[in-house]
Amino acid sequence: MFVAWRDLRFAKGRFALMGAVVVLITLLVGLLSGLTAGLARDNTVAITSLPADRLAFAPPPDGQDVSFTNSTVGESAWRDWAKQPGVRSAEPIGIRTVNGSAGDRTVAVAAFGVGPAAKIAPESGKLGPGRVVLSAKAADELNTGVGDTVRLGPLDEKVAAVEGDAMYSHQPVVWTSLDDWQKLGHSGTSKAEQATVIALTGHAGADYAAGDRVAGTRSVPLADSLSALASYQAENGSLQLMRGFLFAISALVVGAFFTVWTIQRSGDIAVLKALGASTPYLLKDALGQAVAMLSVGTLLGTGIATLAGALIGRTVPFVLESATLLVPALVMITLGITGAALSIRRITAVDPLTALGSAR
Amino acid sequence: MTLAMTDVTLTYPDGDQPRLTALDTVSLEVAAGRLVAVVGPSGSGKSSLLAVAATLVTPDAGKVVVDGTETAGLSPAEKAELRRERIGIVFQQPNLLPSLTAAEQLQVMAHLSGRRPRETRSRALDLLDAVGLAGKADRRPHQLSGGQRQRINIARALMNEPAVMLVDEPTSALDHERGAAVLDLLGGLARERGVATVLVTHDRSHLKAAHAILTMTDGILTP
Repeated sequence: MFVAWRDLRFAKGRFALMGAVVVLITLLVGLLSGLTAGLARDNTVAITSLPADRLAFAPPPDGQDVSFTNSTVGESAWRDWAKQPGVRSAEPIGIRTVNGSAGDRTVAVAAFGVGPAAKIAPESGKLGPGRVVLSAKAADELNTGVGDTVRLGPLDEKVAAVEGDAMYSHQPVVWTSLDDWQKLGHSGTSKAEQATVIALTGHAGADYAAGDRVAGTRSVPLADSLSALASYQAENGSLQLMRGFLFAISALVVGAFFTVWTIQRSGDIAVLKALGASTPYLLKDALGQAVAMLSVGTLLGTGIATLAGALIGRTVPFVLESATLLVPALVMITLGITGAALSIRRITAVDPLTALGSAR
Repeated sequence: MTLAMTDVTLTYPDGDQPRLTALDTVSLEVAAGRLVAVVGPSGSGKSSLLAVAATLVTPDAGKVVVDGTETAGLSPAEKAELRRERIGIVFQQPNLLPSLTAAEQLQVMAHLSGRRPRETRSRALDLLDAVGLAGKADRRPHQLSGGQRQRINIARALMNEPAVMLVDEPTSALDHERGAAVLDLLGGLARERGVATVLVTHDRSHLKAAHAILTMTDGILTP
């Protein structure tokens, strides 16, 4: 990188300008990644943190996918699942959005109803008729604590514990007994026990397909069940699309810069070739220049994104972790190098003969 | 002979016309420490002669041997190595890299050959001294005069201790006095360092340093 370093110093204005573009794109990608992960967390953490291997849904109509909104499973289904060989536990979970109120505050909460012996809710031993466990955010938004009374739909419930950070569809979770959950929206409409899904845990090799046939359900791995949450799919898809476009734009911008830069210095390249520089030497030199500029730009952009994330994380859903900051940074560098590599390959086409008799 | 060209013929395509003959069975021998000047008008084939000797163009026929290495059949990488290690080129215009200082213009040659720049700075400074540019080592091209840039051009060609130096119209951008000084410098360096030097020029003046003067006319080289 003998010439490349000196070019970086000599043409520092041009490289600073391009570096600033890389910093800004990296900042935008970093913020978007943190926000995407934060929104996803607020949408799904109550599901992804369930101690379960799979979720069993009511089978959807032909041609449709499983959906939390449309799923209703009966008591016979989770009893059938509990008897399946290889299945350790089959716990019904009822999920419903209701208004929760305490004092003068009313907020929409996600009521998660679980069976009496279920271990899937935090502080599950404290759940029972008339007793609920609030997630920290639910307690915060309702401004209540242990021992207070909150109203969930038509029911008055005593707060038995405040535990966990479960969120579902951007709403804080309130854990209730399945019996109380039944009364929240279906009061008088059904005599049989009902839930939304069944959380399954099993041994390796458990035959879930056979279980589905017996119970009349469709089970999917926990991670795949997120696609059953329509709001998550739409939101996450949009944000990922924006992120993808930003990556593509950064590769194009870096590629365009190095294309122009390579054309500008094609005279220098011809001279170096005439003096005996090998093509690999010149390519290494130019690529090293791109890596240096991208690394510094990305490092600065990621640093600023980290600071910004730490500041805005208190007011907006933002996940500040290596996966949301370092991975996009590495992708930026990789794509930028790819863009640069494609543009500097024209070095191979520069004819050293043009250095003879040229006036520069 | 350090540089030997035997019956070299080079033609170029010329549209629908028959191919244009740039070099017509040219033969040339230059021993170490000798300076041979090739004079002739523009378009006579002088630059083509240099391009073939520098392995930048492959001739249609004939044989070129540089410091014992026949250039026919060499790969592009081998030709680049030959230029790097055994051929010094002095361009018509200085062709200096704008981002490098005077010393770095020379050090880059050593870097191309895989040597560390730090180890080669003292040699670069010695060569700058030899061409009368002591104290200008840290100047960039835009901070130097045309004559000074041409001297760096010459010093750069000598950095890797070449066996052959090919010089292309070195005085074309210089005034009379500076042109004479540059040619004297070239002649002196070729003798002192034992470099076989071919100088092509259209200007017959100031060629007293040359051991032989040949004339190129329409691709034919004559004494």
